[in-house]
Amino acid sequence: MTVEKLLVANRGEIAVRIIRAARELGIRTVLAASEPDEGSYAAQLADEVHIIGPAPAGKSYLNAEAVLAAASATGCDSLHPGYGFLSENAGFARAVTDRGLTWIGPSADAIELMGNKSRARQAARAAGVPTLRGSDGALTTDSDILGIAEKVGFPLVVKASAGGGGRGIRLVTAAPDLLSTVEIAQAEAQAAFGDSTVYLEQFVHRARHVEVQIIGDGVQVIHLGDRDCSLQRRQQKIVEEAPAPGLPDNVRSTILASSIELGRQCHYSGLGTVEFLYNPDTQEAAFIEMNTRLQVEHPVTEMITGLDLIREQILVARDGALRLTQEDVRFSGHAFEFRINAEDPENGFMPSPGTLERLQWPGGPGVRIDSGVVAGSAVAPFYDSLLAKLIVWDSSRDQAMARSAGALGEVLISGVKTTLPLLKAVLARSEVAAVEHHSKFIETTPDLLGASA
Amino acid sequence: MTDIISPLPGIFYRKPGPDKEPYAEVGDRIEAGQTVGVVEIMKQFSEVRSDVSGTLESFAIEDSGTVNPGDVIATVTEG
Repeated sequence: MTVEKLLVANRGEIAVRIIRAARELGIRTVLAASEPDEGSYAAQLADEVHIIGPAPAGKSYLNAEAVLAAASATGCDSLHPGYGFLSENAGFARAVTDRGLTWIGPSADAIELMGNKSRARQAARAAGVPTLRGSDGALTTDSDILGIAEKVGFPLVVKASAGGGGRGIRLVTAAPDLLSTVEIAQAEAQAAFGDSTVYLEQFVHRARHVEVQIIGDGVQVIHLGDRDCSLQRRQQKIVEEAPAPGLPDNVRSTILASSIELGRQCHYSGLGTVEFLYNPDTQEAAFIEMNTRLQVEHPVTEMITGLDLIREQILVARDGALRLTQEDVRFSGHAFEFRINAEDPENGFMPSPGTLERLQWPGGPGVRIDSGVVAGSAVAPFYDSLLAKLIVWDSSRDQAMARSAGALGEVLISGVKTTLPLLKAVLARSEVAAVEHHSKFIETTPDLLGASA
Repeated sequence: MTDIISPLPGIFYRKPGPDKEPYAEVGDRIEAGQTVGVVEIMKQFSEVRSDVSGTLESFAIEDSGTVNPGDVIATVTEG
């Protein structure tokens, strides 16, 4: 396959990041941009910009036909979907490859398999990945729902097969509520995802979110280590770190090895992330889902491996073969990522669009900024609120926390409200230092949510 | 005549979802506090409500149109 002229089908910080990776490989870039993004920082950096439609994402970034037309019109031979938007749309991936373009991502079949969460769970079990107790695949009209639930145990969650990323989940604490909740969940899943199937899974209280980064070429699959993304608000990750702290050696080796095995069994190519819930009380990790795309938090893995993940992702798509072996991957130190969003912590985290007036970033060793904005940039109300990510590396977790505190303190942003105060408050918590945090820690700690609690 | 004003910038939708019925149609009788649409701002949805009871006279913004704070979204004839 060739990758000489790449269509970047995304916006903001990840578009900037992809353009940089492509530029370093001598690849020309075309940014597929919506009308309001024509003057964006990513547009300044790209070799060409092609307007794909008006502001609403449904008419631009999510409009597959417009994106494909942009690739044809500009003579691109390849397409990078970034994350979000069309990145996990199997039909789109197929349309891209059907047109003879190189798709920077896994096969459409792998995207489809992992997009169906109940089938993904079955694939994980078949590959020997530890899974939570649950129904064997999706519930059907013949399922003995109460019988299955008794085996799983309460509390449990009803999950939409087509959900994921924290969407389409309902908690059931006792048997009498089960059947009505399944009915509601099926109706909601039909409305939200166009697929009414649901499955049952054990609920884990106070779990940590741990994930494994893999990369493959369809035959060879290796891991690039693990990450912890437990610091979340409304199912959205806020702070991530690599490696995952406080993980027993046997748990780590189990999740790394079984993630590779899952990748092998799916003939996985490109970057992928296998997500696990880790229960510190029982010291068990269990599969929740796999993301078949580049992830927002990929930089923490880059910082501890010294690799450029997007470079490797492009090369494996172009050459069809991994150039790395497991032995080539060396780990060093500890890294954190802080997502800086245009939201107002004092007003219930309402989005805060506007124009960036001042923008001062920190510097020094081990400090990296992946930003989609510069001073003067408009922060439009139409898209995700992520402005930039601060990524900090140091030789140990404690040192990385100290360096992060200094770096966060140097950030100055005016013109829009940001989540900086929350990030600083989270980092200062003794529970985070002691690895006592979990995925509901921020939401159940009123001090962290200030006026919005 | 009372205008329903958008408090936020974003995208105005007349329906709760692509396959759903609109919240209200022109000519409908609406009550104070009733939702006539939503404004999406950075993936969050805020309901837009009428302050008065009356008849929904017209929409000034089409479905999926962009709005700025202070823009008139719709007009209600009180009564």
